Amino acid sequence: MLRLERRPQPSRLWTWLAPLLAVLATMVAGGLLFALLGKNPYEAVATIFWEPLFGEFASYYRPQLLVKGAPLVLIGIGLGLGFRAGIWNIGAEGQYIVGALTGAGVGLAVYPLDAWFVFPLMVIAGALGGWAWAMIPALLKVRFGTNEILVSLMLVYVAEELLAAMALGPMKNPEGMGFPGSRNLQQYPAAHNAEILTGTGMHWGVVAALIAVIFAYVLLGRHILGYHIRLSGQAPRAARFAGVRPARLVLTCLGISGALAGLAGMFEVSGPAGQVSIDFNVGYGFTAIIVAFLGRLHPAGIALAGLLMALTYIGGEIAQSNLGLPAAAIQMFQGMLLFFLLAVDLFTNFRVRLRKTEVA
Amino acid sequence: MNIKGLLAAAGLATGLATAAAAQDDPTKVGFIYVGPIGDGGWTYEHDKARLAVEEHFGDKVETVYQESVPEGADAERAITQMALQGADLIFTTSFGFMEPTLTVARKFPDVKFEHATGYKTLPNVSTYSARFYEGRAVQGHIAGKMTESDIIGYIASYPIPEVIRGINSAFVHAREANPDVEFKIIWAYTWFDPAKEADAATALIEQGADVILQHTDSTAPHAAAEKAGDVVTFGQASDMAEYKPFPRVSSIIDNWAPYYIDRVQAVMDGTWESQQVWHGIDEGMVEIGEITDAVPDEVKQEALALKESMASGEYHPFTGPLKKKDGSAWLAEGETASDETLLGMDFYVEGLEADIPQ
Amino acid sequence: MDLSSINPVLLLASLIVAATPILVAAIGELVVERAGVLNLGVEGMMITGAICGFAVAVETGSPALGFLAAAAGGAALSGLFAALTQFALANQVASGLALTLFGLGLSSLMGQGYVGVKPPATPRLDIPLLGDIPVLGRVVFGHDLVVYLGLALVVVVWAWLKFTRAGLVLRAVGENHDAAHALGYKVVRLRLLAIGFGGACAGLGGAYISLVRVPQWTEGMTAGAGWIALALVVFASWKPGRVLLGAWLFGGVTVLQLNLQAAGIAIPVEYLSMSPYLITILVLVIMSADRSRAPASLGRIFHASG
Repeated sequence: MLRLERRPQPSRLWTWLAPLLAVLATMVAGGLLFALLGKNPYEAVATIFWEPLFGEFASYYRPQLLVKGAPLVLIGIGLGLGFRAGIWNIGAEGQYIVGALTGAGVGLAVYPLDAWFVFPLMVIAGALGGWAWAMIPALLKVRFGTNEILVSLMLVYVAEELLAAMALGPMKNPEGMGFPGSRNLQQYPAAHNAEILTGTGMHWGVVAALIAVIFAYVLLGRHILGYHIRLSGQAPRAARFAGVRPARLVLTCLGISGALAGLAGMFEVSGPAGQVSIDFNVGYGFTAIIVAFLGRLHPAGIALAGLLMALTYIGGEIAQSNLGLPAAAIQMFQGMLLFFLLAVDLFTNFRVRLRKTEVA
Repeated sequence: MNIKGLLAAAGLATGLATAAAAQDDPTKVGFIYVGPIGDGGWTYEHDKARLAVEEHFGDKVETVYQESVPEGADAERAITQMALQGADLIFTTSFGFMEPTLTVARKFPDVKFEHATGYKTLPNVSTYSARFYEGRAVQGHIAGKMTESDIIGYIASYPIPEVIRGINSAFVHAREANPDVEFKIIWAYTWFDPAKEADAATALIEQGADVILQHTDSTAPHAAAEKAGDVVTFGQASDMAEYKPFPRVSSIIDNWAPYYIDRVQAVMDGTWESQQVWHGIDEGMVEIGEITDAVPDEVKQEALALKESMASGEYHPFTGPLKKKDGSAWLAEGETASDETLLGMDFYVEGLEADIPQ
Repeated sequence: MDLSSINPVLLLASLIVAATPILVAAIGELVVERAGVLNLGVEGMMITGAICGFAVAVETGSPALGFLAAAAGGAALSGLFAALTQFALANQVASGLALTLFGLGLSSLMGQGYVGVKPPATPRLDIPLLGDIPVLGRVVFGHDLVVYLGLALVVVVWAWLKFTRAGLVLRAVGENHDAAHALGYKVVRLRLLAIGFGGACAGLGGAYISLVRVPQWTEGMTAGAGWIALALVVFASWKPGRVLLGAWLFGGVTVLQLNLQAAGIAIPVEYLSMSPYLITILVLVIMSADRSRAPASLGRIFHASG
């Protein structure tokens, strides 16, 4: 019988090997699926993974990877910090929405003021909005001991309703012929999160994601707070003896992840999306949870995982329009990739041994 | 990304225009859908029209589509991608694709774009939309004649001009057919949520409505009506023929095929020009689905006559005298509503009791 | 503009119907969570059940077989989650989210041939005399079998958890899997069964939407009902009786707001729709003062290191 034995330390080899194995397994399983649908499996898989990076129009798609990946990484980094400490914020989608609302709200409120400080003010408002929304589960947890997984999840639904109310009411574009949705911030230069270098996809959100990765890396490796985070996750009791104050840690971790999610929402609404609309949120907050795990909660890993997810999104879109694959097949393909990535993680933390069954 | 990459990106449009211009290539037509092609309503009908284009032109066209494209950043990429892959003409079939369509169109001056239900154009961007309110007038007339409780239920989606126009048109003609008629309106705040639509229909039926009009896309209200037994419904967006002959007694069908075929032909002939069209029953974009035998023959003939008078242009569904809900004058005797007023319609006509949200 | 047009009897009756899908799905998830497992894939399992049930009902002409197939489909999909979390020891939150993604894709592929098809009707239970009792007759006896099945499920799960040994063991596993393991209980086996039960219930709930509530197949037709079921379990503080109450509250708010609108009363719809979630948070806060908390092992990975 097969037995699992916990490794004293995660295997270095498998940390690298496991994701590769998972991607390979997905290619095989996904190829089978595409073959069942009557498509050339090789061509389909190649389109998804190759076309965006090295295909004919890679010069357009590569920057798009950054645009699509930036919010995932930005949110994933914040979530990763909390997850490491055993603090489960799964309501990043809500914080993302509220950040977008407060950020865009500031921009829309001062419209058409043309001043240099409009955009920075929006950035601050966005981060504050996300932070405040995350403070609700944080404070409730600290004060009453309520479960932050559930409170943060509930607040996602509340945020979605709030978004609909704003898009249909106070933030509706007065020149929009009565259609729901705010003014387009892309056409308001002072508030537009434009590309820093045209054609590169590098907007301020990408820069922020990059800074967040470095910040998290340094924090976890060199700073006392990072030490506390790691210790609380690994050995909560030892952490107490080491002088970690759990309440403060909860507030800090949820605060950071909320602020980062809020920032992501703000950069998205003022840049690629352009406006507050009813279905502004497309699930980045939830996908980022998966990204955080795929990246093994390590900042560099999260950055890579975010880009990998972006790749399957963009490659999947190309496969849809080039090969006529249904969107549902792409969704299943992504689901498979996640399954395999989660499954192979086993080998990183455990050793599989063949042993005789011992009678307990 | 280096200078070379930048140049490549900038040069893409020109490079592609030459590639696409090669003779004998089939004309490539792209479609961007907001929902899945299996939604049975809005996107389903657009995809039916895409298939009609394929059938009409055979080898001379190649069509590509992308479904369930979120409005916003993802839409811009999806449209760009189609332009990059050499599409000559791209239909973007939801209001929310307006800004992304314009952005991409500026980058690809040689590609033609057709945006549904929007109001902004460019030299290479046309808009097209359907005068569904003409169909609503026919529905309103039948509804007014069919109701016995004098209560007509209306499942509305979002309070936008398109939907408000439909309510007004249906109401005006229902009142004309039956002066005692009252409307009960529910805003579902969704285009498509079968369970919620079923609940809305049930709520209306329970409050006495025996005719249900809907501006949401699923057949759920029909099923609710069927269960109730004696409630009349109308198909929306597609024919919803599976509920014929009762409760579904007629329908408004979005028929995009003639327009799509026409525009593809124009691109082939090199005669495509930017335009803003708002087609109705006359041009075949709005179709009235079969009026079943559940409707008395007399009413059916009246409805068909109403349809004919709109098709020939001799009658406009919004003809004065009409007042706004607040009692202020809107249209004088014989005056017809301008397209501009209709496009931005944010008021009810006199007689409707409820208020428009916000 | 008058409230009198709302008939409270009919309102109650349609509220019971509206609550059924989320009730059935939630009661399944409750058992899963009581066993210490958090499966966020309810939405994916519901929609898979919706199409499995629909397809089989259409092919065989029997709604009963359809519901069976829906339960089987939901359970089969939950098997993926079970394999990941119980054998490969993957994180439950991430696995559940992946399951939803996968289920949404799978269901729309399976459903491609079923758009615009009308399923066979699920008969309403017509008890000759009882159904004619004024008020009570319509509210209590005028529904289809699944509604009663849902109610029965609540009672059975409640009694099973409270009075049977197996129920006790399940709760023990959810509270402290290491201790339960030390006592010789098969933690993994029990959790596998619980996850399968949860999947079957979610599938049933989904099929109720595609076969009775709507009834038709369209992609994405569950439209978030799975997420509401998740909220419901929390709202109910993991107690079956309160799940029923919660389902009527969550379902009731929708039905009520639609009825108020139809009666011509202007209400801020978005703010009303928020209220069940805000109430849930409030309940969580109040509960934390009370003894009834979440199962202590909820969402934690179990590995028998012994």
